[in-house]
Amino acid sequence: MDFEDYYKTLGVARDASQDDIRKAYRKLARKFHPDINKDADAEARFKAVNEAHEVLKDPERRAAYDQLGAEPQGAGPFQPPPGWDSGFEFTGAGPHDNEGFSDFFETLFRRGATSHGDFNAGQGRDSHARITIDIEDSYRGATRVLHLRMPVVDRSGQVSLEDRKISVTIPKGIRESQHIRLKGQGGPAAGGGQAGDLFLEVSFAAHPTYHAEGADLYVTLPVAPWEAALGGHVIMPTPGGKVDLRIPKNARSGQKLRLKGKGLPGRSPGDIFATLKIVNPDVSTDEARALFERMARELPFDPRAQMKG
Amino acid sequence: MKKATPETEILDTLTLEDLCRFCQADEAWVIELVDEGVLEPMGATVRRWRFEGVSIARAKRARRLNRDLGINTAGIAMVLDLLDEREAMIRRLSRYEGV
Repeated sequence: MDFEDYYKTLGVARDASQDDIRKAYRKLARKFHPDINKDADAEARFKAVNEAHEVLKDPERRAAYDQLGAEPQGAGPFQPPPGWDSGFEFTGAGPHDNEGFSDFFETLFRRGATSHGDFNAGQGRDSHARITIDIEDSYRGATRVLHLRMPVVDRSGQVSLEDRKISVTIPKGIRESQHIRLKGQGGPAAGGGQAGDLFLEVSFAAHPTYHAEGADLYVTLPVAPWEAALGGHVIMPTPGGKVDLRIPKNARSGQKLRLKGKGLPGRSPGDIFATLKIVNPDVSTDEARALFERMARELPFDPRAQMKG
Repeated sequence: MKKATPETEILDTLTLEDLCRFCQADEAWVIELVDEGVLEPMGATVRRWRFEGVSIARAKRARRLNRDLGINTAGIAMVLDLLDEREAMIRRLSRYEGV
């Protein structure tokens, strides 16, 4: 287990006042809140900040932590000295979505956390986690193996982090920010009651071609100048298979075409919106140059006719 | 190490009671969010309310913002609106950068 420097995490001095600690915490919590900050590491930073605050906000817990001293010299895992917390009184605490803090926190501060108050009426707590899937998974359905770390309490009240591997069937047609419920896979119940549920919030991994909004998919569709000018059919690959798309005559760049019902599947399937983007071929052969030169000569076309000045 | 293959279902619609359990909030707080326009349940009366996908995700976000940052319902309404706006802008921006 690694030593956690909670003062460093909050960016405060070891002799900071409780007020300074609270201010530093609130500022960082706003900055790294995963609902506000979309950076990949925001969630981890937010959790670290919360963990540090959980310890330092409580004078008793802070004093016990200070007793451990600064980060120990030398490599090797951290071991708390025996009796490090004698004379201090604190009850366990932890993150709200029982995902577990660091081993350091769990070992030192979490004992007996669930001995009272955490269970209601013998029913286990619900757990929440996130899962990232590909857009294609929603089209076809998929199975993903999820790794979770959850604090568990044994018979003697000891808390440890348990690694769980759950294979999750991704239902076909699932949309971003919908939740998947896994019945009975949440926290265990006290005294033979019903276990809680596990809820997975779905997000889609960034896709190089598509992005989803609700059930609809958006895509930029490259077309050749003559395809846009003359119209006709083009074959467009989609996550659900290739589709035949009719380009209208004199299509403009940026024009949006709708493919009804080709979005995410479901009771009311979504649509695909393709935004046309006219791309020019590289003029690298004499033949190609001759064709473009002929257009330049013979077409009375001024692309800047709308510009005044 | 446990391995299980549990049954999965999409969380489709929730009653007020279900939603309260889902985001560990009390009814009064959820009703406040509906009054504030943050959540838009189907159904005419409180007992008939049904919260669908978007509202479920918004309620969860709202609860986290309230719990983690101490924001009240009016503040949450504004933060969520601004976040939606920001998301739409980022999406538009990425579309222009891609072209």
